[in-house]
Amino acid sequence: MKSRKLSIPYILWMLIFTMIPVVMIGMTAFRDKAGNFSLTPFVKAFEYKNVFLKSLWIALLSTAICLILAYPVAYLLTKMKKSTQNTVQLIIMIPMWMNFLLRIYAWKILLQKNGPLDMALSILGIHGTYIGNTGAVVVGMVYEYLPFMVLPIFTVMSKIDTNLIEAAQDLGSNGLAVFKKVIFPLSIPGVISGITMVFVPSASTFLVAEHLGGMNDLMIGDVIDRIFLTDQNTGSAISLILMVFILIFLVLMNLFGDEEAIA
Amino acid sequence: MKKNKLGVVSKIYLGLIFLFLYVPIGVLIFMSFNKGRNVTVWKGFSFKWYGELFKSKELMNALGNTLIIALLASIFATILGTAAAIGIHNFKGKTRAVIQNVSNLPIISPDIVMGVSLMLLFSFVGVLLNFEMGFWTVLISHVCFCVPFVVLNVMPRLRRMDRSIYDAALDLGCNQWQAFYKVVIHELMPGILSGMLMSFTYSMDDVVITHFTRGAKFNNLSTKIFEMLRKQVRPTVNALSALLFLAIILVLVIINVYERRAEKRAAKRS
Amino acid sequence: MKKILSILLSLILIASAAACMPGCGATKAGKNGEVNVYNWGEYMALGQEDDIENVIEMFEKETGIKVNYTTYDTNEELYSKLTQSNDSYDVIIPSEYMISKLIDEGLLKEIDFDNVPNYQYIDDRFKSLPCDPEGKYTVCYSWGVTAMVYNKTMVKSEPTDWDALWDPALKGNILMFNNSRDAMAIAMQQCGIDPSNCTTADVDKATEKLKEQKPLLKKYVMDQVFNEMEGGQAAIASYYAGDIATMIEENEDLDYCLPASGSNLFYDAMCIPTCSKNTGNAEKFINFMQKPEIAAENCKYLRYGTPNTGAPEYLDDDIKNSELTFPPEEYLKKCYVFQNVSNDVYSYMQEQFLRVQAE
Repeated sequence: MKSRKLSIPYILWMLIFTMIPVVMIGMTAFRDKAGNFSLTPFVKAFEYKNVFLKSLWIALLSTAICLILAYPVAYLLTKMKKSTQNTVQLIIMIPMWMNFLLRIYAWKILLQKNGPLDMALSILGIHGTYIGNTGAVVVGMVYEYLPFMVLPIFTVMSKIDTNLIEAAQDLGSNGLAVFKKVIFPLSIPGVISGITMVFVPSASTFLVAEHLGGMNDLMIGDVIDRIFLTDQNTGSAISLILMVFILIFLVLMNLFGDEEAIA
Repeated sequence: MKKNKLGVVSKIYLGLIFLFLYVPIGVLIFMSFNKGRNVTVWKGFSFKWYGELFKSKELMNALGNTLIIALLASIFATILGTAAAIGIHNFKGKTRAVIQNVSNLPIISPDIVMGVSLMLLFSFVGVLLNFEMGFWTVLISHVCFCVPFVVLNVMPRLRRMDRSIYDAALDLGCNQWQAFYKVVIHELMPGILSGMLMSFTYSMDDVVITHFTRGAKFNNLSTKIFEMLRKQVRPTVNALSALLFLAIILVLVIINVYERRAEKRAAKRS
Repeated sequence: MKKILSILLSLILIASAAACMPGCGATKAGKNGEVNVYNWGEYMALGQEDDIENVIEMFEKETGIKVNYTTYDTNEELYSKLTQSNDSYDVIIPSEYMISKLIDEGLLKEIDFDNVPNYQYIDDRFKSLPCDPEGKYTVCYSWGVTAMVYNKTMVKSEPTDWDALWDPALKGNILMFNNSRDAMAIAMQQCGIDPSNCTTADVDKATEKLKEQKPLLKKYVMDQVFNEMEGGQAAIASYYAGDIATMIEENEDLDYCLPASGSNLFYDAMCIPTCSKNTGNAEKFINFMQKPEIAAENCKYLRYGTPNTGAPEYLDDDIKNSELTFPPEEYLKKCYVFQNVSNDVYSYMQEQFLRVQAE
């Protein structure tokens, strides 16, 4: 029971399969094709800054929409009976158990030209293109990651002490005031972890843009995938930048979260 | 919070969210009955793509691989992770923080970066030791991202555990191993199981890391679907989705029925 | 909760075991060993339609050799797998420019033609391809040209040449090759450059031309073009002529155009890479694929030209006479064949193509 030895296999495992790969990315990123030290991969990586910004923009938009959609759902969940709560949670979770790619594919069918949405809207006299643009990518992302936003917010909200709310009500706060003064501030940690869980994967994912996006929606994940076929050095450099960026983002989120918790 | 009934607006809102979640799946399943080979144009009702699905050795093979990898990865990750959690629990201060942070790295770093970095490692070592990427490299990669989930699930249980039970077991004549098995593992079981289940789910769903570490010959369901979506997509993919959806619902119903029964039995006893 | 989990886990266990049964059986090597085939996607008759045989199953039955069949999307993907990993393959089917590159880098084995008796059926003009003048490394698998497919209901006038892919009237409805070599070649033709052999300066010009086209495109695609065109999702696309024949069969609104200024004539040939560990089986596989009836079966599915002189006997007239499967001699005179370009130009081409997409 006291033994630290039990963790030795895992520590070795982490050294080999977590640390060494990261070091290898670092080493590959600072070399040219011939294997000499070089900064060219970073110079080349910089050429993809537009894609980088676009990815961040898409991720940001998706995260924001997820938050707007998910927050009320989480709030309504807390107001339900325990058994309904479980059922509704399950209904939200089930699509997540379908394969990631199948979910994108479903949207591809739904949004395509002469597809169900197009048909339905053209009966109403609305004609348009719904696939092959940033909007479609964002919708796909929101669909992929919405449950990741609902669940942490709900978990935090459901732990809020009911006495606190009753106290606020006794002190004369109306519903809105209770929400603003008690429920919302206390749900912030859930919101933070929801934002992290949606933002990180949507900024780095690939394939969503390939299937739903148009000409200008290439994302950084797709670039990494493509570029690794011909140029591992630049690919590594982009991966490294992406990773550092995500780590900074996480640290910032953490700081922000802690401060809120203290206040 | 008072459990008031939801208002009409709230109900409509939830309804819309459910629509958003299920309409795509509905359309996906509906198109699996399309007679034509193109998923865009409806050419009449047919079950033929389900037949095609079962005829496809590759797809069945891929399904088998997915389940085997998920099962082995979750078992292996559970053993490794539980042992690690107990070990880490006994470290203090900075060392512990460092180990835990490194351990969390696979969870927080983007999938694609992890996939790419493991690919670099495997192709480098592969040339050195003359092996090919395939089943084993995928399994190792899956274990990599599964262990942290097990550690995260077991750690809180460890913190809550009462050391004195373990000592009591020793006093009552258990040897160390018996005490460890009967007390510690027993106490940690819920954490271990939920870690294992999470590992299984993540392993089933992973596309990106498998894509980079599979070599060219190994396929699981995700990489197979990936391949199919880049080629001429046939309604077989839809048929596959429909069956997957059915399987999920079936498992959930079984669990639900079982839960109800257990509740009833518990109610009777009390 | 614990019990539920254990039930769930045992369910999963049973499911894995059940799924494993056929799976495990299939991964074992056949009684006469195995052969690892790495081919283009959708590039062999594998029983995809009711009237198409599965040639790999036929080979397995006849020889007792297990085939591990995997696919790639582009020549570049094949090249990266061959050079950057330790994976081993026994039969690969690259295109001509990739073949010369692989020969130059010593990545192909010479084939022992004594073990490939069906080589006799190969038409002489495919026995000494420009990429393998002495015919030591290759057995031609199929050939064809690039062409355009368009949806009659969506274009205003019939396209005649590649410039239709730059037609502003079709904005948002044009699909372009998603591989650097084919896309750049079309752009170079538009700039009046001979695409068969090019310099970095030519690539720059082509890049400009592609940038000009980009706002008009719906997407860069490879095999997704089938769903896009068959489903009426786009008006016009550039693709391989054989595949266009398949698309037209599925959607009668589609028609084709062999570009007036000529197009790319390509050959894909079966080769054995140096990493092959089952060379004997590889030769058996290559031999089997050149049996006239097998070559015909592949031709029937692919609609690409077959170099096999025995195959036409087994083909229907409408395939034999199709301009898309067997482009007429006069047209071939206008076509160009890719030569191997230096590594620098080659990787520059790929980088530039990605840059166009990333901009």
